[in-house]
Amino acid sequence: METTQTTTQQDSLLERLFAHGHLLKTGVDGVYGRGGEMHDIIEAVDNYITRFGRDGDTEVMMFPPVMSRASVMKNGYMSSFPHLLGSIHAFTGNQQAYGAMMEDINSCCEWGHHLSMSDVVLTPAACYPIYPTLTGNLPEFGRLIEVASYCFRHEPSQDPARMQSFRMHEFVRVGAPEVVQAWREGWIERAQQFLQNLGLTLHVTPANDPFFGAGGRLLKANQKDQGLKFELVVQINPNDQDQGTAVISCNYHQDHFTSKYEIMTHDGQLAHTSCIGFGVERIVLALLATHGMKSSEWPAEVRKELWP
Amino acid sequence: MIEQIRAILAEHGRLMIDMEELKEDTDLYEAGMTSHASVNVMLALENTFDLEFPDRMLARAVFTSILSIRDALLELGVEEEAVKEA
Repeated sequence: METTQTTTQQDSLLERLFAHGHLLKTGVDGVYGRGGEMHDIIEAVDNYITRFGRDGDTEVMMFPPVMSRASVMKNGYMSSFPHLLGSIHAFTGNQQAYGAMMEDINSCCEWGHHLSMSDVVLTPAACYPIYPTLTGNLPEFGRLIEVASYCFRHEPSQDPARMQSFRMHEFVRVGAPEVVQAWREGWIERAQQFLQNLGLTLHVTPANDPFFGAGGRLLKANQKDQGLKFELVVQINPNDQDQGTAVISCNYHQDHFTSKYEIMTHDGQLAHTSCIGFGVERIVLALLATHGMKSSEWPAEVRKELWP
Repeated sequence: MIEQIRAILAEHGRLMIDMEELKEDTDLYEAGMTSHASVNVMLALENTFDLEFPDRMLARAVFTSILSIRDALLELGVEEEAVKEA
C-alpha cells in the first residue's frame, strides 16, 4: 500500500513537470527535453552559480559532454563505476559486416557487438576533463577552476531528480593539501548560504559515491569514515521524507587525481584537489517543488537573486 | 594466518615500505596503502579465507594493520592455523 502511494507521488512530480511543459518526453526514462520556462530557470541558476561562486582568480574551462576514454580508465572511473559509464561505440566495419549487423537489427537481436569502441565516453563528471590539463607544477597558490558540462550516468529512473543526462557546474581547487582542505571547509558553509538565498531548506550530511560491487562497499565506508564527501540535501520529492536529494556536493579527493596526472605544488609536493559540484537540474527541481511550478509566482527575493 | 596476511599485503597493498619493515601494528594507510589498494586486499582476503566480510566490518579501521585484519578474521571464525591447511 505504502509502495503504491510512494510511486504515485513520485510519478505525480514527474507528471506535473510534463504537464507544465518544464520537461519534454523523449521515450527514455531519465532523458528529457527542457521547455522554454525550464530552460530560462536553468540558465538563471547556472548564471547564479557563477555570480555566487566565481572569485577573482577563477579560471574558466569548458569542455564538450564527451571525454577521452583513456582518461576514465586512468582516473579510476571505469574500475569504480562501470555500471554508470556511457561508452560511445560506432560502426567501423565493411559492407559484409554492415550486412550482418543489419540482419541482427532487422530481426530485433542485440547488435552492440557489431560496433567498435570509439576513443570517447560520455563525460560522467564535469571536472574530469580538467585534470589531464594540469600536469606539472602549479603556481605558488595553486589554481581555482570553474567548469560546467552536461554529464551522463546510466541509471534509468522515473525519479525526475535522477536524470541520466543532466548539467553539473563545478568549482575545483588544486593546490597544497592544507589550502585545498580549508577551501572545501569554507565552501561547505558557503554552499548552504547559496541554497538559503534561494529560499531552500537543506541539511548537510556525510555521503559516499555509488562505488560498484563488493570492493565498492569498502570504498564507500572509507569515503564516509574519512569525511571526504558532504552533500547538501533538499526535499524535492514529497515521498522521500527520509533522505531528500543531494543538490550540491563538496568533495575532497586528496591525491586521487594528482597522483595519476602528476600534478605538483610549486615546490614539488604532490598536490591535492577538491571540487564543489552543483546539480543544476536538481536545484531547479527543488525551486519548482518549493516555490511552485510557475517561476513568475516565486517569492520576490528569490526572483531577485536569480534575475537581478 | 599472519604470514598469509603479509603475503596478501605484499601482493595487493602497494605499500611504500619494505615488507621486512612492516610490523604487525604498522598503520597500513600511513605505509602508503590507498583506498583502492585496500579493496584489493579485502577481496584477496575473502578469496584466500573463503569468507565474506559483513557490512559492519567494511570499515577503514578493520584494514588498518596486520593485527586489525587478524582480529577481524578471527572474529569471522578463521583459525589461527589456517595457514597450514591452505
